[in-house]
Amino acid sequence: MSLSAAARRLTLAGWSLPRRSCSTVSKTFSRTLPSLTRLPELNRDRCQRREITSSSVVQPLRSENKVTVNFVNRDGEKVTVKASPGESLLDVVVDQDLDFDGFGACEGTLACSTCHVIFEEEIYKQLGPISDEEMDMLDLAYGLTDTSRLGCQICLTKSLDGVTVRLPESVADIRQSDGSA
Amino acid sequence: RHQVKNKDSGPPGSGSSGPGPKVCIVGGGPAGFYTAQHLLKARDDMVVDVYERLPVPFGLVRFGVAPDHPEVKNVINTFTQTAQHERCYFYGNVNVGTDVSVEELRKAYHAVVLSYGAEANRSMRVSGEGLAGVFSARDFVGWYNGLPSNKEPHLNCETVVILGQGNVALDVARILLSPLDLLKKTDITQHALDTLAASRVRRVLIVGRRGPLQIACTIKEVREMINLPDTAADMLPADFESISEALKDLPRPRKRLTELMMKTVKTESGQHKANKSWGFRFLRSPLEVLPGPDGKRVAGIRLAVNKLEGSGEDAKAVPTGQTEDLECGMVISSIGYKSLPIDPCVPFDPRSAIVPNNMGRVKDTAGLYCSGWVKRGPTGVIATTMNDSFDTARMLLKDMDSGMLNLSVNKPGGQEITALLKERGVRAVSFPEWEKINLEEVRRGTAVGKPREKFLDVKDMLAVAWS
Repeated sequence: MSLSAAARRLTLAGWSLPRRSCSTVSKTFSRTLPSLTRLPELNRDRCQRREITSSSVVQPLRSENKVTVNFVNRDGEKVTVKASPGESLLDVVVDQDLDFDGFGACEGTLACSTCHVIFEEEIYKQLGPISDEEMDMLDLAYGLTDTSRLGCQICLTKSLDGVTVRLPESVADIRQSDGSA
Repeated sequence: RHQVKNKDSGPPGSGSSGPGPKVCIVGGGPAGFYTAQHLLKARDDMVVDVYERLPVPFGLVRFGVAPDHPEVKNVINTFTQTAQHERCYFYGNVNVGTDVSVEELRKAYHAVVLSYGAEANRSMRVSGEGLAGVFSARDFVGWYNGLPSNKEPHLNCETVVILGQGNVALDVARILLSPLDLLKKTDITQHALDTLAASRVRRVLIVGRRGPLQIACTIKEVREMINLPDTAADMLPADFESISEALKDLPRPRKRLTELMMKTVKTESGQHKANKSWGFRFLRSPLEVLPGPDGKRVAGIRLAVNKLEGSGEDAKAVPTGQTEDLECGMVISSIGYKSLPIDPCVPFDPRSAIVPNNMGRVKDTAGLYCSGWVKRGPTGVIATTMNDSFDTARMLLKDMDSGMLNLSVNKPGGQEITALLKERGVRAVSFPEWEKINLEEVRRGTAVGKPREKFLDVKDMLAVAWS
């Protein structure tokens, strides 16, 4: 794709996510576009645009701003965490160190489908619009449903407080044999 | 923050000699690292050694993923964390099969996992394949991605024909037609940039045996072709005539892809011509590569015209007896990678070109496993290989738990192999030594506005690693 399209993707989808034990060397790896060094702030911008009405919303440490999210993992177990409005579901999984094997392989850049999550229908209808780019990757996800989204594209808002999302059974892309897709 | 201070203070191989299980992984690409990741996480007494033929790790993530898809390479961060794990050791510059045998590895470790991928390519098996100007996609991709080798395309012709319509074929087409000012900010090699700057290529045809409903590429890559600046889509409306009826019954992914292609046919008809063009050609198989007057270079390709028997994903291409010739100055065959046998003691099925296995356990060979393309064939993306590698790791762990792998015997692991290698005059590249190569590549790239400038020669890599 063109580099400007790539840049747009990176800003939209959350490029440089915090990694628990990332050494400086592995950070060097992720700097594939040296001119875009301000990306970490831009990532949060996209999610927060809808919520910013006062400065208090952008300070995530105050407990009344927390959003409860329930993840049902591949073994059917429920994991409940508190996260901040503005975080994407992938941000939540990474920041909270949730143990979902292989989740978010491309680190939120719309280059895979491993952050695929399934919503309940009522909540799914309330979510923001889905871009062609997200749908292109979602189309390749294993266990795709009518209420599936990519976790890196869903930003938490207060109205999603208490949401439950389910992980599909397998992370494999369907691009795995001749002519499938 | 390095978790690994203690581990790296000694030379490679001076690692753990404790009583826990020791597993050896052959191949430092996605399959190798994802298998290692899963194993290390599962048991805190497990030590995993990853052997890689090149001084540099990451396999096709480094040498296969297109330079203008940097986000796909983000998985390198995950692999780096795995390699830096205190119970993981990387041994680059070690060729399993020549420097050390699989048998020797099996003696030194509790289990060996083959994850060495598919380094060769399927041949078209037509005459003229050896003419100048004929390349495998594997070699072409390796060329622009800096895989150490001798292939040098020239790009001094107007038309290129690509056989195969998978994502690799589209990557090749896109790199051939992308504007230089986009490419020059990527990690594409400098000599590829120089050749592309002088390129006369204006037209790329991507040819498949079957029809639009069987095309193997995916929608993201087709969209990228459509969005190429100053490049028109050159499709044949006749190829899509009978397709619209089938649309409504298609699953969503196939439907969206087909609709996108059909929209392209409608949009392009009647538009003024752009400087460059690309297009799909369907129902054509290669019969012969045709030489020019000097008999040495390709000047065209003869194609068999096919018809489809059956429909959907399982439709078969059947020759009609008609043929068609296309003029071109370059042919790139993108019909699949292929694994090679590594060692006589490892079973290998030449027909399917994989190591025969049952869910990752190599047949008839205790203690030997496989993951990635060498296990299931050369298709799928990184995420597919990830899942596959986790499956193999789970199988291996199950065998450890059940006693099928005898952990009561201590194994020497990397210590024994390093000693063997030393006797043979082979010196491994450790992960911190790769990091020196990495930093130098990034430094050289930054100087010219690129993420990195890759070293193209093994000896240059080693000089930096061991400096």
